[in-house]
Amino acid sequence: MAVPADRRYAETHEWHMKEGDLVVVGLTQFAVDQLTDITFAEMQGEGTTIEAGGEIGEVESVKTSSDVYSGVSGEIVEVNEALADDPSVLNTDPFGEGWLVKIRPSNPDEFEGLMDAGTYDEKNPS
Amino acid sequence: MDLKKTPLHQWHVDHGGKMVDFEGWSLPMSFSGITDEHNQVRKSGGVFDVSHMGRLKFKGRHARKLLERACSRRISDMQAGQCRYSLLLNDKGGIRDDVLVYRLGDDEFMMVVNASNRQKIKDHLASIQEDGELKVKTDDQTESTAMIAIQGPNVMELASKVSSEVPTLKRYRFVTKNLVVIKLMVSRTGYTGENGVEVILPAGATGMALKLMMKDLDANDADALIKPAGLGARDTLRLEAGMPLYGHELTEETNALATGLGFAISMDKDEHENGEEFVGQAALKATLAEGGPKEALVGLEIDSPRTARQGMDVMSDGASVGLVTSGCKSPTLGKSIAMAYVAQAHKEPGTQLTVVSGKNELPATVVPLPFYKAPKK
Repeated sequence: MAVPADRRYAETHEWHMKEGDLVVVGLTQFAVDQLTDITFAEMQGEGTTIEAGGEIGEVESVKTSSDVYSGVSGEIVEVNEALADDPSVLNTDPFGEGWLVKIRPSNPDEFEGLMDAGTYDEKNPS
Repeated sequence: MDLKKTPLHQWHVDHGGKMVDFEGWSLPMSFSGITDEHNQVRKSGGVFDVSHMGRLKFKGRHARKLLERACSRRISDMQAGQCRYSLLLNDKGGIRDDVLVYRLGDDEFMMVVNASNRQKIKDHLASIQEDGELKVKTDDQTESTAMIAIQGPNVMELASKVSSEVPTLKRYRFVTKNLVVIKLMVSRTGYTGENGVEVILPAGATGMALKLMMKDLDANDADALIKPAGLGARDTLRLEAGMPLYGHELTEETNALATGLGFAISMDKDEHENGEEFVGQAALKATLAEGGPKEALVGLEIDSPRTARQGMDVMSDGASVGLVTSGCKSPTLGKSIAMAYVAQAHKEPGTQLTVVSGKNELPATVVPLPFYKAPKK
């Protein structure tokens, strides 16, 4: 299954997509398939500053728990509040409605340093 | 190492099973999704491949005696056609395995053991046999047979289309049926808290038997009465039903008397006619003489959307009083539930405790097991 080509990917299975000045971060289909049904998601609050590779939150599934990381440094400016009520959106639409946070990046070069879709796909064949 | 494949392997692949390594076997974690399959079993019916579980057959004039020594529960008063859940203990009263014993005749038994414990149990039984020079022939039929669990409120009615006898089976009874030319052993047993059956059949006949049993049923149909279900749903279903899982609630270090499985421990077994002392019985007697086990298995309802998981500490007033053995977000109840061993002083329903999950503290209340009981039809 091809992953969307309009974004960049981290080794830890997060996607990053530019939206104006911001970078939207979410989990890939591969990641949510590995996690199985997601039962809980909690992200760090708006205003939190994170480093590239830093933890932005945590998700829990029927089988396991996992930390979620950001591939870019910056400030979390928005959290997807809908996930608190219905974390299953992460399973049904991980590349869309299941986005996790929006970050105002402090170092735009980091985004370009992430994997493109083809590279991610090759590393994680589904 | 290549994973072992069950006779249903191709069937799983054909139905979109997400295959995983489970104790060296390639088995489906899920098909449509764990929660979806869980709900399907509670609402109508699901099919589980449990062929990885060990099936050991014992035959010979000392077969009963051998099992009487190995099993914590009385075997002598079992009738042919009856199944019994039992524990196999070690000398310290810890748990080697939990098993289902089928009595096929006076001198013929089948034992279904956990996949992870199969070799261990075979070795253990061989050692008891040598000590007492018991005449028993053991036949490991795990790889020459398949085992399928069909569970859910609609299962018995569907079974009536195949057999008039199966729907009248009492719980923990089995019959041997001939389906065309295939010999099936059908028991009214399961591991989901629902009504249903488990079927043992020859490996080579599995494809044909599935077609016959599932005829008129298209598993890919959204409204199918019975659909494939995987290991993920099996785990959440058994947890809601308060059933223990080896490696979680039951281990070599768990005192059998702490498990709440008293019905499976016949402490007076050695005093009965044809009685035998079972392995571990002396240790359990010592435990009782000292006032009983220090811990008890309890149910916890967690007041948090987070899940309590195996190994997490259970606290009371800042002190550790126990450990979580299993937990999940219950699909049926919509709540986070767990099983845990806690000190006797904290086992009463209503007791307020705390589960420590990393930096988070989850409020928990002791509740009676099981969490879920199937409604009576």
